[in-house]
Order: sequence, then C-alpha cells, then structure tokens
Amino acid sequence: MYLTREEERMLKGEYGYAAQKAMEILVALGKIYEADRMIEIKSAQISGVSYKNIGEEGLEFLLELAEDGRVRVPTTLNPCGMDLENWRKMEVPEDFADKQLKVIEAYRKLGIKLTLTCTPYLAGNLPRFGDHLAWSESSAVIYANSVIGARTNREGGPSALAAAIAGRTPLHGLHLSENRAPTIEILAPELREEYEFAALGFLVGKRFGDSVPLFRGLGAPSRDHLKALGAGLASGGGVALFHVEGVTPEIVRDPGLAADERVEIELRELREVIEEFSDDFEEPDLVFIGCPHASIEEITAFYEALRGRRVKRRTWIFASRAVRDQAESLGLKRKLEELGAEIICDTCPIVAPIRSMGIRSVATNSAKAAYFSRNLNKLKVKLESIEELAEEAVK
Amino acid sequence: MKIKLEGRVIRYGEVEGEALATRQPISFYGGVDPETGRIIERGHELEGESITDKILVFPYGKGSTVGSYILLRLKKRGLAPKAIINKRCEPIIAVGVIIADIPAVDMIDTDKISTGDLVKITGSVVEVSRT
Repeated sequence: MYLTREEERMLKGEYGYAAQKAMEILVALGKIYEADRMIEIKSAQISGVSYKNIGEEGLEFLLELAEDGRVRVPTTLNPCGMDLENWRKMEVPEDFADKQLKVIEAYRKLGIKLTLTCTPYLAGNLPRFGDHLAWSESSAVIYANSVIGARTNREGGPSALAAAIAGRTPLHGLHLSENRAPTIEILAPELREEYEFAALGFLVGKRFGDSVPLFRGLGAPSRDHLKALGAGLASGGGVALFHVEGVTPEIVRDPGLAADERVEIELRELREVIEEFSDDFEEPDLVFIGCPHASIEEITAFYEALRGRRVKRRTWIFASRAVRDQAESLGLKRKLEELGAEIICDTCPIVAPIRSMGIRSVATNSAKAAYFSRNLNKLKVKLESIEELAEEAVK
Repeated sequence: MKIKLEGRVIRYGEVEGEALATRQPISFYGGVDPETGRIIERGHELEGESITDKILVFPYGKGSTVGSYILLRLKKRGLAPKAIINKRCEPIIAVGVIIADIPAVDMIDTDKISTGDLVKITGSVVEVSRT
C-alpha cells in the first residue's frame, strides 16, 4: 500500500500516540482490503458511544487516544446510553450515568461534536454528492451513500475514529465507482407507510445481505421513507448502498443503471415480516418513534395522529437536539408535552440500558428497533404504523 | 512432524505457544467471556475452552465491531491469547489485535494446524510442530 510522506510520519509516531495508533489501524485495514492508497475524508461519524456497548475497556482506549489525539475532520457522534440533560427523569442508574459521562468527555477532548445522533445529516453534518467519508452507524452509512450519493464503507466505531484522527481512510469498497453499481433489482409494491418501507428494507436485507439493491416500482418515497428503508436494509443484512429508480442521486444521474437479476416482492411478504414482529402482549411499557432519530416531519405526523388525546403510557420520540430545537421553535415540543409525550435526545432505545429502566415490551414503527429490541435487549415487540402507535399510546 | 507456513502480518510479533484451533469463526462480542477468557458461544466447537495464552487459530472473526474492544479487555486482564492466526482476517480482529497489541498473521491455511500443536510465529512465518 502506498503511503504519502505525511502518512509515513504518522505511522512512525511523529504526530503522537493517537495518530500512530490510528494509522496502524488504517494500514492494517488497507492491507486486508488490498487498498492501493488512502483517501482523504470530508467527515466522520463515530459509533461506539454507549457505555453499555463499549464497556470499561472501550472507555480506557478512548482515554488513551484523548491524551494527545485530535480529529482532523468535522466529526459527529452516535447516540449514547442516556439523555444528557434528562437522564435522571429517564430512570437511568447513577453508576451507568457516571461512566457514560466519562465516555462523552473523552470524545469531546478528541474534538468531536457531541451531536449524539444516528442522523448526523439532520444535525449539521450533511455531506455532498461524491464526498468521501468514514462513517459508522449502519443506518447513517446507507443514508449517506444512497440518499446523498456520498461515499463511505460501513465502518466500525474504532475504524471510523481512526479515520477521523488521521483524516483519511483506505481507498476500497464503496469509495470506488465500480463497487456502487446495483447487483440485484427489486420490483416492489408501491408503499405509503414508513413502517412498510422499514419492513421491505429488513426483508431485502435479510435475503440479499451483501447486495446493492435497485428498487423499481416504489413510487415517490419521501426522505423519511428512504431513511426507514435504509435502516431496514442495514439491520436485516449488511447492505450499505441502495438505489431507487427515479429518486436516488446516482441513478438519477445515470438512469441506465441496472442489474441482471430481478426479484419481485409482494405486499403479502411484507405483511409476514410485520406479523413476525408482533409479539403477544396487551399494553406496551413503551411506545416510541425515532429509530433512526426522528425528523421534524415524523414528529409532526405523530403529534397529528394523537389528535389531541393524552397518552396513558411512556411515549417517547427519539430525536437529535437539532430536530428537538426545531420542534421547540415550532411549539410542537410543548404541545406534545401537554399530551404527555416526550422528545428524548442523545440516546435511543437500543443503546440505553432499557431493561434496567423497567421496560419489557415496546411498540415502534422501526423494523431495526424491533429487531434489536428483541434480540439484543430481550424485549417483546410490535411493529406498527404511526397511527397504530398513537392508538397504543392513548388506550 | 514439522511444517512451515507463510502468511501476511496483521500485527508483527515473535511468539511461541500451544495452538487452540477451530474451523468455526469466532465472535468476540458475546462469544468470548471477557471476565474468564473462555469461549461461551453456545454450540461452538470450542465452547468452554480458555483462549488465554494460546495461539488461537480460527478461519475469521464474525459479529459486532465491539468485538475489537473485547480483545483489548482480555489483554488488559491478562486473559488474551498469545497470538491469533486466521485464514482471512477481517476488521473486527484486525482492529482488535492492533489496539490490544496481540501478534496476528493471516492468509494461513488454518486447517493445517490442530489443537495441541506447538506453534512458533516470527512475523509472517508460522512454524508448526506436532509430537
């Protein structure tokens, strides 16, 4: 692998310990993927923030890097295990909160913006078409690649952090045009509801986990529909890029994009996915939207679905602070709070210590959240539309 | 019997030890107990075995990228393997061996190494002896 003189110097330790570690990681990854060289990146998005996931050793590693390490490009952060302002109200255990704050402090010291969201593109880290990035958080990766047309591999937390500190990443995979063409065409029914897009993504991700799907027949999905589709694809399988005929930027620029294999997905199959995420319980301990973090449009839709009725159980909307502030300035936050629903920032139900908060069953419109709530957090789940969720909340 | 294999350095090291070998991939996150250094994945060929101080031989890693931190955790508690040999190293293991400073080689035909073999690693060279 070719290294520039500056990269060689980083590797030798002339830029300090953190830059050396970072370059060691990147060189090893470059070797594995047979990259010819590094490519400079425009931004990074770092996962591995919840203390629940990275533990004591992850924290120690971050503290070591933070001694002399600084990121070289604008870098944003995934959600952590709690709302930094309202964690007591969320009933997060004190010792967890203490460790979590140490993790956050290490990232702050590294020069990373504490956006604490899985939707950096709704919170000030909005790439441009063609930008090279090193993002982790699979739902953000697939959004950046597909909806924006930027270029990033599906990084893990440590490799994205290494890239942020070094300002570059090995040139391979989805950074190269030849790996971005569709490998399978999916003929899908026209869908309207976000949870249906989520189910479609999850199903296709599960069946064609390492593909680049091209969807035909989807109609005119909104940005939020594409967000849900992507999160489904990236959690059902390892998909990091998709195209939608007439919608996503790469196929709009090059309408001739096509794949040899074509599969039709029927509405009935989507019903089966939704049915599969339908555990047996009467009243959920928690009703939530915002996986990935909600947009202002989604919050508005949920508020409208409540039709002025008060919620009777924990009802949370997970969002970035940027979107919460929008909701605040529109008066939407106050109106939701009057009905008993809350906007929670900085965290999400997957990475928060949800079981120790006394939650055993959840209803959500996200296939990704349903999947991880069940498999990682051992909760009972229901996957439902926004309308149905509003009914669950008020009943 | 003695054989000499040559692979690719992921993390340089010179070590010697006893092999613990499997044909199944290993997930460090959820599959290895960071408190004991034992493999805890249900139904894994090596379930219940301790990886501590062994030359751990497996085809490739799998599972969450948090697995990299588990390798670091094992190392800091003195529970890490002496070295790792893979058929094909992937990012979880590569990042893990670098942050934890564990010697690692890949592009090795791991089927040629069995549990109990004495293995000597010098950079990319792996010497295996069986008695």
